[in-house]
Order: sequence, then structure tokens, then C-alpha cells
Amino acid sequence: MATGSSRGGIETMTITVDAVSKDFDGHSALKGLSLDIPDGTFVALLGPSGSGKTTLLRIIAGLAYADSGHILFDGDDVTAVPVQQRNIGFVFQNYALFRHMSVAENIAFGLDVMKRRQRPSKADRTARVEELLDLVRLDGLGARYPTQLSGGQRQRVALARALARKPRFLLLDEPFGALDAKVRNELRGALRTIHDQLGLTSIFVTHDREEAFGLADRIAILNNGRIEQYGAPDDISAAPASDFVREFLQ
Amino acid sequence: MTRRSPLDAPPWIKLSLIALVVTYIAIVVLLPLGAVFTEAFASGFSSWMAAVTEPDAQAAIKLTLLVQAAIKLTLLVAAIAVPLNTVFGIIASWAIAKHDFSGKALLISLIDLPFSVSPVVSGLVYVLLFGAGGWLGPWLEEHDIQIIFALPGLVLATMFVTFPFVARELIPVMQSQGRDEEEAALSLGATGWQTFRKVTLPNIRWGLLYGVLLTNARAMGEFGAVSVVSGHIRGETNTMPLHIELLYNDYNLSAAFAVASLLAGLALVTLVLKTILEWRHGDGLVARGH
Repeated sequence: MATGSSRGGIETMTITVDAVSKDFDGHSALKGLSLDIPDGTFVALLGPSGSGKTTLLRIIAGLAYADSGHILFDGDDVTAVPVQQRNIGFVFQNYALFRHMSVAENIAFGLDVMKRRQRPSKADRTARVEELLDLVRLDGLGARYPTQLSGGQRQRVALARALARKPRFLLLDEPFGALDAKVRNELRGALRTIHDQLGLTSIFVTHDREEAFGLADRIAILNNGRIEQYGAPDDISAAPASDFVREFLQ
Repeated sequence: MTRRSPLDAPPWIKLSLIALVVTYIAIVVLLPLGAVFTEAFASGFSSWMAAVTEPDAQAAIKLTLLVQAAIKLTLLVAAIAVPLNTVFGIIASWAIAKHDFSGKALLISLIDLPFSVSPVVSGLVYVLLFGAGGWLGPWLEEHDIQIIFALPGLVLATMFVTFPFVARELIPVMQSQGRDEEEAALSLGATGWQTFRKVTLPNIRWGLLYGVLLTNARAMGEFGAVSVVSGHIRGETNTMPLHIELLYNDYNLSAAFAVASLLAGLALVTLVLKTILEWRHGDGLVARGH
């Protein structure tokens, strides 16, 4: 079961996954999984394919619903709250950019769909888009269309788009999976920098242990719908909690 | 040495195949269609005009009015059936392509049903349902509602026959695009309707237009199903295809060909629109680097 690596002291838990189970066609993807994520941390969900990590991320986001169990944000039960109201930023594995919109329109989307009363003025939205383009180092590419960008650039747009509404949490599903090694390294660095800059609690899914150990503050190793071990990278390396973890790390 | 793709046939086979297809199309499609126009304009444009709008004799005026009524009815039926089938087609393909539910395969088969059933049979089904001796006939009569031999029947029969076009066009497009973009829109706070309007609809717009044009072409040209429910009341329930048959049976050949050329003309307008769209669509794709 999950062993939260409490380093002593009181940590504020912003995301709590409480005994979440999920079945797909009689095959269980998550088996009563629990996980606490402290404020401001960068957490990796690491595991082989089919371990349930993407399912878990989608349930946290509200893109999928748990069969049983609860999701809490800052102690509030959001299990039944739809994805639109969870105030999360989600980065999809294949970017999922709107192909008929320019880069700037993609990034502005989250602001454009806000209710009129809450929506920032046109000038503020444009300024926000510029700010985000700057943050992900795509200045001057706002007028391009997604198909005119490289894979790495597309992923940066997806990241900027997810950040536009200043979400509470950033959730990333295999964010570097489709990129070649060089671009991947570049983007990893960029993502870590952005995370540290914004202090945003972030969770990313990966099957690449190097990536998890290189980037995350904490790693949850999943296997077969359960968490094998959850802790800081160094702690996991020093003391693997199970045979599975030991083998997986080799 | 440059190698051919293993799928490419040798040049002479390729050329013969193309020649064969062109000849086939010429004989089966172009020749009859050309004949309609040739026959319609055989005695010059003025007599064509005369056949459609004959100004003099009493009988001719009546004939003209009947043709005009048929044209109006055809356009009216299309104007009702096409938008309805467009909306239902979008809903059906959205439900099928973007959602998982049991009975999906069955629903797809049902959408295809009008393609596999003869239009005459589908027309008869409506007579069986709504006709005087039909299941709902007595009730309809009591409430003074006329469906068969009236506009509602014509619209229903046309809708039945043309239902699959939009959905058939959209389902593969939507399936190939997956759900990622919709999920992204939702995660960015868009409502279901905003997601549909700003993400789904723009992505399917060319397929949708194509489906609508096909629906329209068929709606205006449908004969079988409409023939059964129409009752052939001249000037009232006769659409253009039905009127053409009537004129033909009355040995009024020049008028029959004139109206036929009009109907074919309407279909050709649709075809030209479709070609322009395809051409522009292709252009749009290139501009976006697909």
C-alpha cells in the first residue's frame, strides 16, 4: 500500500486521493489507491504501461470518474465536480492543440470561454498570451498554426495553454513521450524551471524512470493499479520498498 | 533506376484502366445526362422557355403553373428535410464517434438502413403508418391531420431516404479526430456547448458541408419513396421528379425534358458547389501544412 514519505513535520496536502478504484470492462485499472500530494511539489507517477498511472491522472483532473473513493483538493471533496470547475491545467500526451486555431488563439482559449463577467478584457487577454508565449519561449510565433510547429514547440504551446487560466494544479500526461531525446531534455529543463518559477503543484505521468528521477520532488511508483512506493527519489533509490520497485529501477 | 511503389501498376495497365473508367463514365453517366439537355434544348432555347413558362394558350398557362408548383414543392421539401437531417446527422455522429455505449454497432446499422431498403418500401411504410387504413390513420383523421398525400408525408419520406448522408460523412471524420481536443477544451473550462461550437464543429465543417450537399441533391431528386406517399395531385403534391414522370406519361415530351433539365441543373449546381468546396478544402489543408 501507499507509504507516504512523511519527513516529519506538518505538510499541507493540496491533493488527496482517497481509496480510489476504477474498473474498465471488468478489468480493474485502480485498486483502492490512495496518495497525498503536498503543496508546491512536483510529483511523478511512474510505472509500466497498464499500471493505472494515466487513469489516476485523468481521475484527478476530472476527465474520468472513479467507481469508488474520493478526490480532495485542499480538503474539499471534488469527486463529483466536473473538470471545467476543478481549475486544473492539463497537458495531453499528443498535445491536443486545436488545429484550426493559431497558437495565440489556442493559448487564449481558456480565457475566451470564461463567463462574460469573469472574462478579462481583450487587451488583458492579449497581454496574458504574450506573457505565456514569453514564458515558454515562443515569442513571435503566436500567429502560426499548430501544424507549422515542431513537436517540442507544440508541447510548449500546450503547456502555455494549460497555464493561461492560472490553474491550481498542473497535470501532464506523458508530456515528453512523443519527442526525440534532445528536445525532451530541453523541455524537461524548461518545465522544471517553469514549475519552480510558478511554484505550481504539478503531477506528471511517465514510464521513463530517468525522467521521473531527474525531474520530480517525489515519485509514486505504480504497478497493477496500486502504489508500490511513494517518496523522494533518493529515498526510493536507497531503500526500494518491494521486489517490483527493485527490479523496475534496474 | 527509379523504382515504382509496389502498389503501382505498370504504365500501360494504368493507362488502360483510366481509359476504361473514363469511357464507362461517359457511357453510363455523361451520355444520358447530355441527352437530357440536348433533348430539352432540341428546338432552341425559346421553345425550352415556352415549355417551362408557355405564355399563350389556356392549357399552357395551366402547365406552367403546375411546373412552378412542382419546383416550389421540391425546394420546400428540401428546405425542411435537409436542415432537420443535418441536425440529427450531427447529433447521431457525435453520439457515435465521441462516446462509448452498448448497442453502438446496432445504431450504426440503423443509420445505414435507408441505404439498404428500397425507397419504394420506405414510402409504403409511411402509408402503412399514416395512411387512411394505417395504424395511426383513424386517429389522424379524427384530428384532421393529413400526412399521406400531403406535404408532411413528402417531407417524412424524403427525410427517411436522405438521413444517412450527413451521419455517414461525419462519423469517420469525428472518429479519426478522437476526443483529445474536446477533452482539452473541457479542461480549459469550456462548457459542452462551447466545446461543440468552437472545437468540434470547426473540425468537421468540410465533411458537414459535403454531407449537406449530398443530402440536398438526393432530397431534390428522390422519386421512389416520394412517389408512394405523394398521391400525385397535380399542382399540390407533385415534386419535380414526379411531375417529370407525369409529363412523360402524358406524351408531353418536350415539357418533360425541359423540367428534367431544370432538375438536372439544380443537381449540377450542387455538384459544382461540392467541387468548389473540395478544391478549396484541399487548398486550406495545404495552407495549414497537412
